[in-house]
Amino acid sequence: MAHITRDEVAHVARLARLRLTEDELETFTEQLAKVLDHARDVEALDVADVPPTAHPYPLVNVLRPDEERPGLARDVVLAEAPAAEDGQFRVPPVLGEAP
Amino acid sequence: MTTAATALDIVAAVRSADRRAVDVLDDHLAAIEAGDNEIHAFNLVTAAEARRVAEAVDRRVAAGEDPGPLAGLPVALKDNLCTAGIPTTCSSRILEGWRPPYDATVVERLADAGAVVVGKTNLDEFAMGSSTENSAFGPTRNPHDTTRVPGGSSGGSAAAVAARFAPLALGSDTGGSIRQPAALCGVVGMKPTYGAVSRYGLVAFASSLDQIGPLARTVADAAALYQVIAGPDPRDATSIPQPTPDVSAALADGVAGLRVGVVTELCEAEGMQPDVVARVRQAVAALEQAGAKVDDVSVPAAVYGLSAYYLIAPAEASSNLARYDGVRYGLRVDAPTTGEMYDRTRTAGFGAEVERRIMLGTYALSAGYYDAFYGKAQRVRTLIIRDLAAAYERFDVLVSPTTPSTAFPLGAKTADPLTMYLNDVCTIPSNLSGQPAISVPFGAGDDGLPVGVQVMAPALDEVTLFRVAAALEAAAPPREEPA
Amino acid sequence: MSTTAAGTATDWEIVVGLEVHAELATRTKLFCGCPNRFGDEPNTNVCPVCLGLPGSLPVLNEQAVALAMRLGRALHCEVRRSIFARKNYFYPDMPKDYQISQYDLPINVEGWLDLPSGQRIGIERAHMEEDTGKSTHVGGGGRIHEAGYSLVDYNRAGVPLLEIVSKPDLRSAEDARTYVSELRRILLATGVSDAKMEEGSLRVDANVSVHPTDEPFGIRCEIKNLNSLRSLGRAVDYEARRQIELREAGEPVRQETRHWDESEGRTGTLRTKEEAEDYRYFPEPDLVPLDPDDEWVARIDASLPALPAERRSRLAEAAGVAATTGAVAVAVERGLDELTLGAIDAGADAARVLTHVEHNLAIDGAERLDPGKLAALVSMETGGELTATQAKDVLVEMVATGGDPAAIAKAKGYEAMGADALVAVVDEVIAAHPDEWTRFVEGDGKARGKLTGFFVGQVMRATKGQADGKSVTDLLRRRADA
Ligand SMILES: [Mg+2]
Ligand SMILES: [Zn+2]
Repeated sequence: MAHITRDEVAHVARLARLRLTEDELETFTEQLAKVLDHARDVEALDVADVPPTAHPYPLVNVLRPDEERPGLARDVVLAEAPAAEDGQFRVPPVLGEAP
Repeated sequence: MTTAATALDIVAAVRSADRRAVDVLDDHLAAIEAGDNEIHAFNLVTAAEARRVAEAVDRRVAAGEDPGPLAGLPVALKDNLCTAGIPTTCSSRILEGWRPPYDATVVERLADAGAVVVGKTNLDEFAMGSSTENSAFGPTRNPHDTTRVPGGSSGGSAAAVAARFAPLALGSDTGGSIRQPAALCGVVGMKPTYGAVSRYGLVAFASSLDQIGPLARTVADAAALYQVIAGPDPRDATSIPQPTPDVSAALADGVAGLRVGVVTELCEAEGMQPDVVARVRQAVAALEQAGAKVDDVSVPAAVYGLSAYYLIAPAEASSNLARYDGVRYGLRVDAPTTGEMYDRTRTAGFGAEVERRIMLGTYALSAGYYDAFYGKAQRVRTLIIRDLAAAYERFDVLVSPTTPSTAFPLGAKTADPLTMYLNDVCTIPSNLSGQPAISVPFGAGDDGLPVGVQVMAPALDEVTLFRVAAALEAAAPPREEPA
Repeated sequence: MSTTAAGTATDWEIVVGLEVHAELATRTKLFCGCPNRFGDEPNTNVCPVCLGLPGSLPVLNEQAVALAMRLGRALHCEVRRSIFARKNYFYPDMPKDYQISQYDLPINVEGWLDLPSGQRIGIERAHMEEDTGKSTHVGGGGRIHEAGYSLVDYNRAGVPLLEIVSKPDLRSAEDARTYVSELRRILLATGVSDAKMEEGSLRVDANVSVHPTDEPFGIRCEIKNLNSLRSLGRAVDYEARRQIELREAGEPVRQETRHWDESEGRTGTLRTKEEAEDYRYFPEPDLVPLDPDDEWVARIDASLPALPAERRSRLAEAAGVAATTGAVAVAVERGLDELTLGAIDAGADAARVLTHVEHNLAIDGAERLDPGKLAALVSMETGGELTATQAKDVLVEMVATGGDPAAIAKAKGYEAMGADALVAVVDEVIAAHPDEWTRFVEGDGKARGKLTGFFVGQVMRATKGQADGKSVTDLLRRRADA
C-alpha cells in the first residue's frame, strides 16, 4: 500500500465533511502517513484464513418485543435544535436529493 | 473522617447514620473548591443537584429505609455519560451546552444505589487521547505533579479520585482510557468485560471497544462500584444477559494456587521504561510470595494490537461522530446551504485529534481500502483473541505494566500523535479481546511518580480479576498521596 | 420472452430490475419503541434512539424480523444468518448520518415471484433497513433546488423497511407494473405491509437497461422517485426509449442514478457513477448477528396464508379455466375466491359464477355471501327462471340482506318464466316473422348477428322483459340449426 497522499487526505476530509486549511492538510497528511506506516505490520500479515471479529462477545438474536415505549416531548427535543419552525428542525437549503 | 476515607468507610458511616450524606458532600465540595482550579478535573460541578440527592439519602436513613449500597457516596462522572438535563459535553465545542433528555443506564443505577453525582469530569475530546490535553476546555493536571498529565482519556475522573475530590468515579475505556490515567494518577481503574456494563448513554467513541468502568482509591471500592453498574440492560443489544457475580466476596481470598502469567511482549513493548518493568517484576514476586504460581507467557499477536486498534477505533469513530452535523442539537455554524453548514460546523466544533481520527477512520473504511485496513484489523483481532485464549489455558490471570512510562509532562507528546498512541500499547489487547482488566498502583518510578500494574482475566471472570488486584494492593509499597 | 421497441430497425430488449421498499406493519419502529404510524404531528413519535442522540443504542424489533421472514418465505427465499451494517452518508433526514441496513449478509436470499402470466421473476434478496425522516423544502414551490430552507420531521426515521430486490428478469414497463402489483398483493395477503404507494409505505426504484437481442445486457441506469404504478410504467418506458435513442445515435449510455419527474414526464441525471457516494459500509457494532433457527422459520412457514398465485391456480382449476383468466384474478384480488369455489362446489355453473364475481360483486359485504345461496341463484338463472339483469338485482339484495334468492325473486315479482313457456313465445315470434326467419336461417354469421337482435327484441316485448336474452339466443340457434 502506498503512503497516503495529500489528495487522498483532501478526499477523505470531504467525505467526513471537514474543511482543512492548506497547512492542516500538510500536517495531517504527514501524521496520518506515520500512523498508517506503523500499521504496516498488520498489513503484512497473512490472515486470509482468519475470520474477522466484529464483536468480542458472541451474542445472536438480541431482540426486543414490538411494544410502544414513551418517547420524548417535542418541545424538549426542539429546545436543543439550533433552529426550529412549525414543530420541525429547520436547516439551510439542501442541495440535491438523498442518495 | 476526611475526604481521605475510603468509599466503603463512608457508606458504612452514612448507612449507620454516623455521618450525614450532606456533610460528606460538603467535605468533597470544599475539596473541589479548594483544589480544582489548579487540577481542572471537572467540566461541571453539580452542587445543587448533589445536595438534593444527599438530602434524600439522609431522609431515607432517618426513616429507617435502605438508602442503597452506595448511599451518600460522591461520584464523579466522565463527561461523556449522559445525564438528564445536565450538560454533557464530551469536552467538545460541538456539544457545548447540550442537555441530554435522558440518563445513561449507569447513571440510573448510581441513583438507585444512593450515590451522589458531584459533577462531570474532563476528558480528551470524545475520549480520544491519552493525556486529557485534547479537551476543548483545557487540560487536567496530575495531582501528583501538576506539570504533568493525568493520562487519558478519563484524566478528569482519575485526577478527581487521586485529588480526593470524590472517592469514586466512572470513566470509559476504549483502548485504556480508564486504566492508563488510573496508573498515572496512582489510583485503581478497571475495564469490565465487553458487555458486562451497559453502554446505553455513553457517548460512543468506538462501539465495539467502549466500556464504562470504575475508578477508586482502593480495589474494594472499585469492586463495590462495579457491582452497582454491571448487569444486563435491554437497551444495549451488546449487553451480556447474565447476572453479575458478587465480585467483593472473594477479595480477601488471596492468590494461593492461582496461576499468573507475565506477558513478555507487553513488558518489552515499544517505549517501555525499565523502572516500570522493575515495579511489575516486584509486584509479580509479591504474588508469588503470596502463593501464586508465576511464569512468563508469550502472547505473540499482542504486538499487532496497537496497529489494529488504530484502524478499528477510528473507523467506528468516523461513523459514530457523523451525527454531529448541526441539525438536531449542539453547535451549528450557519451557512447558505446545509452542505456548507455541515462543513463549517464540524470543522469549528471538532478539535485536531478528533479530526485526525475521523479522517483516519474514514480512510480505513473507504472504497478500495476496507479489506486492507478495517477488514484486516478485524482479522488481527481474532488472532489476538486466539493467542490470549491459548494463554488462559495455562494461566488464570495475565499481568503486565499498565503503561510504558509514568506521567509525562504536559505538552510532551502533543506534537506527535503516534508517540501519544504508544501509551496504550499494553491496555489495547483487552479492549480488542473484550476481556476485563484492571490497573492497580504499585510503587513509584524513578521519578517518584505512580506506577500501575495491569491484571487481565478471561471474559466474565471479574471475580478472579478483583481478587488478584486486591492481593497486589495488599502487597504494594505504601502509596505517596498527592499534596 | 422479449419485448421489442416498435419502430426501430434493431430488435431492442428492455431489461428491468426493481428495488421495492415496503414499510413493515409493526407497531413500533425498527430499533426503538416509538410508534410506527403515518400522519401524526411532526416530531411527536421520536426518542433518543430514532433521533440518533449521543449515547443512544438500537435494539432490534422482533416483529420486524418476523415480518421480514414472512415475506421472504412467501417469496420462496432462504432465510440466512444475517448482520446489519452501517451505510454512511450525510443527509439531514438521517439522524445518525448513517443508515442501519443489511448489506453483504441479508436475511432473505434467492427466491422468486410468479407473475399472474406464469412468468417467474427471480428475487435476489429482501433485507431489513431503517427508513429516514422527511424533509419539506420551503419556498421555491417545494422544489429542492429553489427552496429557501428545509424542515425536517423524524417521525418516519427508524420505521422498518424491507428492501426487495428483483433479478433483472422483467422485460417491459408492463412487466414492471405487474410485478409490483403482484408483490403488493403478497405484502397485503401476508400482513407484512399495508403497501400504500400514496402514503409512501411502498416505494420503487427501477434499474433499466436496453440491449439488441443478440448482444449482452447494456449499461443500466437507476431511476428513483417512482411513487405510483403509473409513474413506474411511464418512467421505464421513457428511460428505455431514451437509452435506445442514445444507442441508435451511436452514443453510449452512462451508468447513473436518475430522477423521475412526474410533471415533466421524463428522467434526469441525479448522479453519475463517478459522483456515486462512497458509503463506507461496515458491520454495525451496536447490533449482534441475527440467526433465526429452523424452528422459527418453520413457525413462519406454518403461519403463511395461501398466496395469490396459489389461490388463482386453485380457483382456475376448479372453474376449468386458465389461471390467467381475468375473472380469476379479480376473484382473488377481492378475496372472493373462497365464495367462488364454494358456489362451484355446490354445483353452480362456473362461468356464470365467475361472471357475477367479476362484474356484479364489487360491493361491500360480498365476501359474506353464502356460497350455497349464490349457487342457488346461478341455477335459477341457468334454468331460465331469472334473466341476467334480474339475477343481478337479486344478487345485490342477497348481499345486502343475506336473504334467499328464490324469496327475493318472488318479492320482486320476477315471474318464473319456465323453459317451456319461453319456447312457446319464441315459436310464436318466429311464426309471426317468416321473412326475417328465412333470412336468419340462411344467413351468414354477420346477418344472423343482426337478426338475433331483432328476434330477441320481439321476444322481450312479448314477455315484457322477463325472458333471458342468452336463453333466447340459444333457442333461436337451436331452432334454425334443427
Ligand atoms: Mg436500501
Ligand atoms: Zn424512537
